Amino acid sequence: MPRELHLSLALDGTGHRPAESLAAAHWTDLIGLAEQGALDFVTVGDSPAPPHDDSAGRLDPVAVLARAAPLTTRIGLVPAVSTTHTEPFRTSTALATLDHVSEGRAGWLVDVSSTEAEAPAVGGRGVAPAAELWAEVADAAEGAVRLWESWEGDAETRDGATGRFIDRERLHHIDFEGPHFSVRSPSNVPRPPQGRPPIAVALDVHDSDGQWELAASHADVVLLDADQPSTAWLARAALLRRAAEAGRDPEALRVLVRAAVDLGGGTGPGALPPAELRFTGAAADLAGLLADWHETTGVDGFHLFPTSAPADLPAVVHDLVPALRERSLFRADYTGRTLRDHLGLPRPAG
Amino acid sequence: MSKPLKQIHLAAHFPGVNNTTVWSDPRAGSNIEFSSFVHFAQTAERAKFDFLFLAEGLRLREQGGQIYDLDVVGRPDTFTVLAALAAVTEHLGLTGTINSTFNEPYEVARQFASLDHLSGGRSAWNVVTSWDAFTGENFRRGGFLPQEERYSRAKEFLAAANELFDSWHGDEILADQETGTFLRDAKAGAFVHTGQHFDIHGQFNVPRSPQGRPVIFQAGDSEEGREFAASEADAIFSRHATLEAGQAFYTDVKNRLAGYGRRHDQLLILPAATFTLADTDAEAEELAREVRRQQVSGATALKHLEFVWNRDLSSYDPDGPLPDIDPDVSDNHISKGRAQVRMYRDPLATAREWRELAAANNWSIRDLVIETGNRQNFIGSAETIARTINEFVQADASDGFILVPHITPTGLHEFADKVVPLLQEQGVFRTEYEGPTLRDHLGLAHPDDVRDERVAS
Ligand SMILES: Cc1cc2nc3c(=O)[nH]c(=O)nc-3n(C[C@H](O)[C@H](O)[C@H](O)COP(=O)(O)O)c2cc1C
Repeated sequence: MPRELHLSLALDGTGHRPAESLAAAHWTDLIGLAEQGALDFVTVGDSPAPPHDDSAGRLDPVAVLARAAPLTTRIGLVPAVSTTHTEPFRTSTALATLDHVSEGRAGWLVDVSSTEAEAPAVGGRGVAPAAELWAEVADAAEGAVRLWESWEGDAETRDGATGRFIDRERLHHIDFEGPHFSVRSPSNVPRPPQGRPPIAVALDVHDSDGQWELAASHADVVLLDADQPSTAWLARAALLRRAAEAGRDPEALRVLVRAAVDLGGGTGPGALPPAELRFTGAAADLAGLLADWHETTGVDGFHLFPTSAPADLPAVVHDLVPALRERSLFRADYTGRTLRDHLGLPRPAG
Repeated sequence: MSKPLKQIHLAAHFPGVNNTTVWSDPRAGSNIEFSSFVHFAQTAERAKFDFLFLAEGLRLREQGGQIYDLDVVGRPDTFTVLAALAAVTEHLGLTGTINSTFNEPYEVARQFASLDHLSGGRSAWNVVTSWDAFTGENFRRGGFLPQEERYSRAKEFLAAANELFDSWHGDEILADQETGTFLRDAKAGAFVHTGQHFDIHGQFNVPRSPQGRPVIFQAGDSEEGREFAASEADAIFSRHATLEAGQAFYTDVKNRLAGYGRRHDQLLILPAATFTLADTDAEAEELAREVRRQQVSGATALKHLEFVWNRDLSSYDPDGPLPDIDPDVSDNHISKGRAQVRMYRDPLATAREWRELAAANNWSIRDLVIETGNRQNFIGSAETIARTINEFVQADASDGFILVPHITPTGLHEFADKVVPLLQEQGVFRTEYEGPTLRDHLGLAHPDDVRDERVAS
């Protein structure tokens, strides 16, 4: 039996239906379809930047995925959230809540806001140098994890005899102090069902050391950009080594290669989203390409970035997934309930 | 000719992190699991309520330097729960309490506009101003805001958010097409706001939502809070639910509207209200007494007495007499993260008064806290409660009530099954939702129409 392949999908391409993408049904239909294909998770990207040509705006990704959570039962829900201009405390509690409302299917695609357009819209601070942004978001990830873990899983004791709702010995002030923010108290939100929703980090092999550091020290899932199988192989090996050096179990890191795909829904190769691995053609051929990469690079799977999610997703679910199943590379159905289950990541202790 | 009957507005407050919520009751479920929220929201929608209401606190309460553990502790994030509830309800309004001190307008406007889209026009924002340094310790700027600036920031925050909501008019997106541009106007969403608290500019990236703006609630009770409500809010979440206090508050704030060129019907007064329902009035009285004893255990009584005494009273017997020592009137308060402790403006006087009350009635500490605490606002049979609610509303003590049940998540069932049909029979409460948006339920105009009206007049 070959190694299992993990498959996830970015829902960012609105498929030239800007008005429709403001309605809940646009998202819930797509996510429901992705769940029919038993995909590990979907991501919804973000940018507080102004609207651009191919989209007429963006809804808040946490809200979008929360809206989809009650209508789905298995698929992982991974919003991109930047903490550059927002409060790390809020990011942590919002994601913990997404994990509660989805009963253990939330993740966090860690992001920064680095553009001239974003900073003055939110105010308070200018555009910081990239190194500072990545160092800060690593702190935000650390703070978020500590907040998730600030409640031990069994803290809510509801002890009628003493009248105590919690055992406060099992709640911990996190006292996080960083150069840009500090957070003192335990989280407002009790321990999320997954203990710690998986953290995803997008990484290009050419990215700065700060991004590599974030990925190696905080990511459960790395969404890797690589143009060649050899590059992916080397990058994965380097990530596992750095994770081990950071004191983590390298077995608990999943590397998914980003692939921009046009399965017939797009308007030609020019419309492919930016990614170093690019594919235009039929789903059956994509299955072959992914199978080759999976075998030769040692990566755990792929994060598909379709030209148009509404147009390409049916081909992913109805053609690509069956083709991968024929090769015994992809699950016939979900075997677990949580995103950690799908990714084969152990639940953290506590 | 008699005045036409007012229609009553009803809403459901999800049980919160104070001692109203009786978590020790065998029927009590989780305050965190989403299934509790679904159950509660669907009960409210079955009863044709106007909206569901979520309060907010941004730091777990502490008392005497320790996390307060006698009430429910913890609550999920407001926006995320409301967005999820939009999936399991169709008509129910979704009101979230969101603070204007430890947030920024762009982010909050974006979240409400997103919620309004994702719910098809059912969002509302209760703008609150908690500014305390204790809460600030969880946020980037700490306790940066002086108390006297809380409403100047709130006002400017809301003004900036409104500029963002209004930065799209609703006609910018061209019909779906295969290629080319999608916006009629590349400058859609452009905004510039410069003021004392905010200096922001850019392009807002959420197009006009179904309600234009979320419905705006306000909750603070000070003079400034009332002026803020009269000038900006669509509704007030008040604490004045008795007939006399309700009428006084109602008259007070409605009279302030004219100063802002607004009509009486443009601001709804919706007090929080508790209730105890039973088959007969006598049974309800008995049950209400029992619930109040559950809400105030001996341990809770001591902690509540500490709000006034501002001292560690853990060595006192809750079934014994009140402390002889006087309250500590220093500024550093034993209780952190609660609004209500600020209600005791003169603790020495309160302590004196309570000692006299306790002595005169032979009350223990626990008896005193129960007797001076809030009684349930509505106690009785379904007939009594329906009649009383209607009388209060028709007598302008309020425009309706935000009900706070004491059991999570089933505490609304009996009210939905027994009281609501009586109000419907009397013709004072809807039998079906008449429109899709929360503005429709509340009888509030769309902001575009309000603007047109102001321009025309
Ligand atoms: C009925 C009522 C409910 C309130 N609910 C909240 C709440 O959920 N979260 C919060 O931070 N503040 C809440 N507040 C606090 C007020 O919004 C306000 O910040 C505080 O009362 C100080 O303003 P004031 O001096 O005008 O009362 C509430 C106040 C009242 C009267």
